[in-house]
Amino acid sequence: MGNLVTTILVVSGLAALLALLLFLVAKKFKVEEDPRIDDVERMLPGANCGGCGFAGCRGMSEALVKQDDIASLYCPVGGAECMKKIASYLGKEAAEREPMVAVVRCGGSCENRPRVNRFDGAQSCVVASSLYAGETGCSFGCLGLGDCAAVCDFGALSINPATGLPEVDEEKCTACGACVKACPKRVIELRKKAPKGRKIYVSCVNKDKGAVARKACKVACIGCGKCAKVCPFEAITVENNLAYIDFTKCKMCRKCVAECPTGAIVEFGFPPRKVATEEPQTAKTE
Amino acid sequence: MKTFPIGGIHPSDFKEYSKGAAIEQFPIPAVVNIPLAQHIGAPAVACVAKGDRVVVGQVIATAGGFVSSPIHSSVSGTVTAVGPMADAQGNMKPTVTIAVEGDEWDESVDRSQTIVKSSNLSPKDIVAKISQMGIVGMGGATFPTHVKLSIPDGKKAECLIINAVECEPYLTADYRVMMEQGERLLLGARILAKAIGVEKIYVGIENNKPDAIAYLEKLACAYLEVEIVPLKMRYPQGGEKQLIAAVTGRQVPSGGLPIDVGAVVQNVGTALAVYEAVMKNKPLVERVVTVTGPKLASPKNLLVRIGTPMSALIDYCGGMEGVGKVIAGGPMMGRAVSNIDAPVTKGTSGVLLMPTEESLREKEGECIRCAKCVDACPMGLEPYILNILTQKHDYDELERHWIADCIECGCCTFSCPSYLPLLDWVRIGKAEVMKRIRERNAKK
Repeated sequence: MGNLVTTILVVSGLAALLALLLFLVAKKFKVEEDPRIDDVERMLPGANCGGCGFAGCRGMSEALVKQDDIASLYCPVGGAECMKKIASYLGKEAAEREPMVAVVRCGGSCENRPRVNRFDGAQSCVVASSLYAGETGCSFGCLGLGDCAAVCDFGALSINPATGLPEVDEEKCTACGACVKACPKRVIELRKKAPKGRKIYVSCVNKDKGAVARKACKVACIGCGKCAKVCPFEAITVENNLAYIDFTKCKMCRKCVAECPTGAIVEFGFPPRKVATEEPQTAKTE
Repeated sequence: MKTFPIGGIHPSDFKEYSKGAAIEQFPIPAVVNIPLAQHIGAPAVACVAKGDRVVVGQVIATAGGFVSSPIHSSVSGTVTAVGPMADAQGNMKPTVTIAVEGDEWDESVDRSQTIVKSSNLSPKDIVAKISQMGIVGMGGATFPTHVKLSIPDGKKAECLIINAVECEPYLTADYRVMMEQGERLLLGARILAKAIGVEKIYVGIENNKPDAIAYLEKLACAYLEVEIVPLKMRYPQGGEKQLIAAVTGRQVPSGGLPIDVGAVVQNVGTALAVYEAVMKNKPLVERVVTVTGPKLASPKNLLVRIGTPMSALIDYCGGMEGVGKVIAGGPMMGRAVSNIDAPVTKGTSGVLLMPTEESLREKEGECIRCAKCVDACPMGLEPYILNILTQKHDYDELERHWIADCIECGCCTFSCPSYLPLLDWVRIGKAEVMKRIRERNAKK
């Protein structure tokens, strides 16, 4: 019995002593951290996607708290609303950015762009593009092996087996830009998100001369420049046999879509157009 | 018998298909496409324009820097285009297209068959001549030869090693050169030795070519500085670092060059091209290409003008029937060809036609940690780890695992029982790590 009591006393005494030691150490080496960092981190979406340029949301919240000017910081997942909330909490000026969405600029489906060989190496776009031009005659377009879909944390990208091309789910896409970085062909681009999912863009990145591009793919941009001529807002530039629509200038008038001879310029989310009024309009421009 | 100390594999050599076929002059095609980037380094710069008349041996593109090489016309005729054209991998590369008319050679080229044995050019002049004649390493890596022969200050070459290993299965181009042009080959080696100021020449040959060993040993009686070194057959013995280790027992340090251990390695085809360039004034306008395959009607070793479409060679030797994959080079390090109309270049040592059933990859499984790839790696790396780290984008860790030392020989992929595409991934990781190292060095 005596043994038991001694043991209990010794152990309890030891525990009290060590607790005191821990308490003193914790007091002495305490790291002062701005409590706002935790609060801001809670306000962020917590996706840790890296879309802001930091490794995760913690890094972003530290930067938000520490930097005086946070105009260069933006969380694409949380969007303007989240940024505004954080800014008012911190009493700083938030960055205002238009919501963006990932856009796949390639129309080279199996039908439009016939496969001329078969790749059976490691099923990854990075590997394939390091080895050769790809399964089709087009050396610029989508390889269809799904590096973008694999890297998407939000499940917004998937390869459509019918076309062999990735498709973006606008609801889920947060414009974090992971797919843009993952694509070795630089096919994916972040563009301004318009209401009702409306989009107009050149769905091609082929810089070959028109004849070569067209031979490889039915819907390739041949760099003819008709779209640039018809555009009333000077939003379209043609460089290296390839047209590009600047989304900051584009007013979505859809004149270029009708003008494109190959169908490389595509539109989404618009109501069907009236054929009768269309003709004279395009003819009159310029 | 000598060989390199670690790793390596032993694939069947399949050389019997084309071994017996003597080198045959391939007819000059109607049109040649000569790419401007046929070597490692800066692409050459075209100095002809559409409509120009050219003759064989005329310079059509000048070197684009020190690590670069000029390009000569391989045919006589009219330039019909200078512009981008799809290469063997389908990528657009600047190319000069020439429509052939007759076969008129530049006057300075000595086309006689007589063997010129001596020249009184100084080492410096030899290197300059090799550079002018557009000679590049013809084993497949196509590194400009004059760069290899320019020994950096403070370094000293002690021996020249002629790479007569031809460890790639199927290929027999170097073997045929040894058997038919042995004398010229040794003269070429002698010129190379003079250029770098060494007294000793080793010729490393694998023992699956006993007749070549015997023949060159007989010839070498008249060349006292030449020593023929028979080597035990093992892939990748033709790798520069492996060959040096096998012949001299020295190990090239990590990140170093052969010259760090006093060795300069040159391929058989390069030695022959050097002989022709220096003694005969003949630029690199043609090369020996092995066209072979298990099911091919008549495998051949052809002397082909640079720029000839590969499809012409294939048709000449039996056609594409039953072929599932065309490989430029050997089966281990060669690259699959997606555009068979692409031209033969300075580095095309072979055109290999694999039947459909042999050309497909097996379904990949999971890594079972058997370490066969570790045993096979001739550089002593751990390919399975490099594979995982590359897929995780952990480039700092990759560098710590010596990925920059990978020679891309493919032993790991060959030995993997789960058919993992190890080299495919390792190559990606290596490219990224090399890029980072270069950026870091540029900052310093």
